[in-house]
Amino acid sequence: MDAQVFRAWITSAAGVIEANRDHLTQLDAAIGDADHGINLARGFTAVLGALEAGGAKEATPGAILTVTGNTLISKVGGASGPLYGMAFRRAGKALGDAADVDLPGLSAALDAALAGVQQLGAAREGDKTMVDALAPATRAFSKAITEGASPDDALSVLADAASAGAAATVPMQALKGRASYLGPRSVGHEDPGAVSTALILGALRDAARAGR
Amino acid sequence: MKKLINSAETVVTEALEGVAAAHPSLSVDVENKVIVRAGGPTPGKVGLVSGGGSGHEPLHGGFVGYGMLDAACPGEVFTSPVPDQMLAATQAVNGGAGVLHVVKNYTGDVLNFQMAAEMAGDEGIEVVPVVINDDVAVEDSLYTAGRRGTGATVFVEKIAGALAEQGAGLAAVASAAREVNERSRSFGVALSSCVMPAAGKPTFELGEAEAELGIGIHGEPGRTRAALAPASELAAVALDAISTDLPVGGDLLVMVNGMGGTPLIELYLMFNEVRKYLEARGGHVARNLVGNYITSLEMQGFSVTVCQLTDTLTRLWDAPVDTPALRWGR
Repeated sequence: MDAQVFRAWITSAAGVIEANRDHLTQLDAAIGDADHGINLARGFTAVLGALEAGGAKEATPGAILTVTGNTLISKVGGASGPLYGMAFRRAGKALGDAADVDLPGLSAALDAALAGVQQLGAAREGDKTMVDALAPATRAFSKAITEGASPDDALSVLADAASAGAAATVPMQALKGRASYLGPRSVGHEDPGAVSTALILGALRDAARAGR
Repeated sequence: MKKLINSAETVVTEALEGVAAAHPSLSVDVENKVIVRAGGPTPGKVGLVSGGGSGHEPLHGGFVGYGMLDAACPGEVFTSPVPDQMLAATQAVNGGAGVLHVVKNYTGDVLNFQMAAEMAGDEGIEVVPVVINDDVAVEDSLYTAGRRGTGATVFVEKIAGALAEQGAGLAAVASAAREVNERSRSFGVALSSCVMPAAGKPTFELGEAEAELGIGIHGEPGRTRAALAPASELAAVALDAISTDLPVGGDLLVMVNGMGGTPLIELYLMFNEVRKYLEARGGHVARNLVGNYITSLEMQGFSVTVCQLTDTLTRLWDAPVDTPALRWGR
């Protein structure tokens, strides 16, 4: 996967976030303050602008993800800004300046993203956060690669596991973030951060598939 | 829900332009969203920076001025500001004696302020954060993100601001801020939710005869829903929760705060209930604030904040202050 695929990923992610903006806002209204969709949409719009302005500088996959992370930190705010910002920055750093990224390289980058998110936010699986989509997804992806899956299949596994992880947050009681103030009332609602993570990883699967 | 706006996307910017035009004592950078005292930092004085989502006015921008904050960073509505804003504010208020960050305990605020403090440290500016977590509606446990920062934020900004104005060092100012936080507790009740400009409808729906107990300041659902009750009972719910956690005998600083959509006549009525409750338990309301100080757009409801005073804290509370929202002694 080259820079073009990664650019396509971020572009696709921006699109799917915008398309799901109201849905994410609604999820965040139930157990938060109704701004997740708005904030991420604003952030990704700014990311697309930054990538366009950067031009040749963002010639590597790593640079694309790093710019994405930095822009999200500067434009999103809330907890999502630092957390997604950290995720993309760590992934970008893990990719170094490689012009082409293979499956194991991508897997390492996603693992680094997860580690960054957990280091910053201290969430564990089961806390009802984005980690509940990202952790099972990175695990399943890594396993699929080890078992020799094709890129298409491995990325489908990644996206599906993230979606399943997001759905699995429904019965959880939130132990982190704004939803945790609701205590037991947070049960029965899907976590917006887990859903946006699943959307972003789905966009990665789609971008890679389209690039082939 | 009807709002006095032009468009959801421009609310914060246009409001900041209004703040700038209304208050010549403030220097407002609308593009970068930083509000500072006009005239630059006071050399040798500890600078006080706070910030948070917009939608809580007058918090924090309305508290920038002599005797209180040096700078405030307004984020998007109900969204923590970003490190860039906080760094710019920190640089702008740096008088060479260090900077205090007053951080309300929300994941976003804490993370963004953390990043900004690191960046400021890299530039040689000493920053000490104090996290405010006075809300008793949330259990402070491993199972939550911790207690929210609510009404005590106003008390901290005033008292720490007074001490800084008197020339105290960063450690002393931070210590006073922490002391006020530890001696304060808050609880809120809503009669309605609020409407995010971009969302177009209330964040949660309350029935005609319902109240939401243990609310925060971002329109999120509270701890429990209950039947609407007379003011005296709602005051008791709030103060029972507070007094379980903090002894309420002795001299007290009490704020009955409107969430933005409650008329002043009701806030005064509620203050009457609050003072009766406290006096019956040996509390003496030595100082008070009644009004809209830390709001949640147009939410109907109130919050109570009770702070155990000491002679020193009382003197610092009484010290002169000159900001858009609080002004006395000058």
